[in-house]
Amino acid sequence: MRAPAIQVRGLKKSYAHKVVLDDVSFEVERGQIFALLGENGAGKTTTVRILSTLIQADRGTASIDGCDVTLESDRVRQIISLTGQYAAVDELLTGKENLHLMGGLLHLDRQTVRRRATELLTLFDLTDAAGKIVKTYSGGMRRKLDIAISLLGSPKVIFLDEPTTGLDPRSRASMWEMIRQLAREGVTIFLTTQYLEEADQLADKIAVLAEGRIVAEGTAEQLKAVIGEERLELHFHNSADGRRAATLLHLPMEGDGLQLSLPAGGTTDSLRSALNMLHEHDIVPATVNYRKPTLDDVFMALTGNTEKEVRHYA
Amino acid sequence: MRRSALYWTLHDSGMMTIRSIRHMLRSPESLLLSVGLPVMLMLLFVYVFGGAIQTGGEYINYIVPGVIVTCVGYGSSMTAMSVALDMNGGLFDRLRSMPARPAALLGGHVLGTYVKSLLGTLLVFLCAIAIGFRPSATLLDWLGIFAILSLFLLAISWLAVVFGLVAGSAETASAFSFFIMFLPYVSSAFVPTETMPSWLHAFAAHQPMTPLIETLRGLLIGTPIGNQAVWAVVWFGGMLLLSATVASILFHRRRKV
Repeated sequence: MRAPAIQVRGLKKSYAHKVVLDDVSFEVERGQIFALLGENGAGKTTTVRILSTLIQADRGTASIDGCDVTLESDRVRQIISLTGQYAAVDELLTGKENLHLMGGLLHLDRQTVRRRATELLTLFDLTDAAGKIVKTYSGGMRRKLDIAISLLGSPKVIFLDEPTTGLDPRSRASMWEMIRQLAREGVTIFLTTQYLEEADQLADKIAVLAEGRIVAEGTAEQLKAVIGEERLELHFHNSADGRRAATLLHLPMEGDGLQLSLPAGGTTDSLRSALNMLHEHDIVPATVNYRKPTLDDVFMALTGNTEKEVRHYA
Repeated sequence: MRRSALYWTLHDSGMMTIRSIRHMLRSPESLLLSVGLPVMLMLLFVYVFGGAIQTGGEYINYIVPGVIVTCVGYGSSMTAMSVALDMNGGLFDRLRSMPARPAALLGGHVLGTYVKSLLGTLLVFLCAIAIGFRPSATLLDWLGIFAILSLFLLAISWLAVVFGLVAGSAETASAFSFFIMFLPYVSSAFVPTETMPSWLHAFAAHQPMTPLIETLRGLLIGTPIGNQAVWAVVWFGGMLLLSATVASILFHRRRKV
């Protein structure tokens, strides 16, 4: 059996007296898009830095494609690429020179570098800007060049640390498309994000990191299932209607006394009887919305919780 | 393609050095600052202050070593800034996650600075000759000048790298230039140290720049060198070893934090 693309077991890391990672474990399958979701300071960047051989963990093991990141860091460096939070490009070189420099430092031979650079400049629509100094590039162009550089060596695993932070919505959408394209080509992608929507949109598997621990892990669907099923939201014209409805249905009032939400996950019977009861009492809701839980709810439910027990839904 | 670690270290250092030289060509203002300013300084000293300074000979012949040392100070402050930018801007992180040899990342900065400073030195020499500098150095003297200047340049470049690694930002790193550029003024670079107040004279006569400048001057125009050459080698040899070691420790410490 082949090793998973990324395997992390019991990773711990502290700085001085601050625990940054506290027993982090997860696995990423080949060709998967894996999202590590968490707020600022949750330990996302530290995880990326350990996996990309930049720093060493205090405890635990991590391997990429079966190679240990500490003991076989030279081999790991051959198969990964890292794109950090800030575009790590050389501002005083042109786009093409950046690619040639990085290609050389990846120890690719000259023909390969030239061929890959041309391919990537075309792929990222940077051919016209190839001869211009990067200082003159827009933020989006820099990000594209940054990603192009990380693809030079045809890596098996790509680390993207908050790839869309600071991008405008249009650049974000095109970044998402780029990431999906890479995944289609069989590359394993590890990305960190603070955006729930991003993880929901892109990831095959999501791990939620809070205060250095994985508090939940699974697909977006699995995580959503954690905090409950779909709900029917009822809005009323006035608070009197709202209160009467709440008493009839034995539900707590929400919002400013004008809103109720009832579980809609089970059979239609419970919904029908609830609506019938309101009808019999001449209570007519102003609006009715069907609402699926979002990752925001997952996030709030899991990280707002004081109880930090690890839940595994995969 | 299997090649030795040494091959790749040299290969990667070469690429980083070329990058560093490209930087100089891309920002001519920095070249202008590092060469233009010392040349202006030379003209100022020779034509404005020079008449009032007694050195026992042509003043232009006296100050050329000092101008060269000042020029190197500007150049290496650029290095400190550039290292700080690479360290804090994420470029070093990316390179350290690649097969590139770690030693080449700092080595490239040092070699690049060395080449740039040699070029700057050559320009200062040419300008000095144009305004009447007449060295009496023999071929052997020139070799000595090249050797002692190389030692000085490499030592200062490594020191600049240390500053760049320690500084949290490029702005802090640029403060390095102040320190390096200030030292030559309080040495025998522009005036004989005997003319200074006794407490300052004691410092000026024993700081590293004075033996360096005395040695260069002796080789260039034949003034007595004495044991100044030994002191220069001790000072800058020591600085080279210490700075390179500290830079390497600082760079590798990144793996732990």
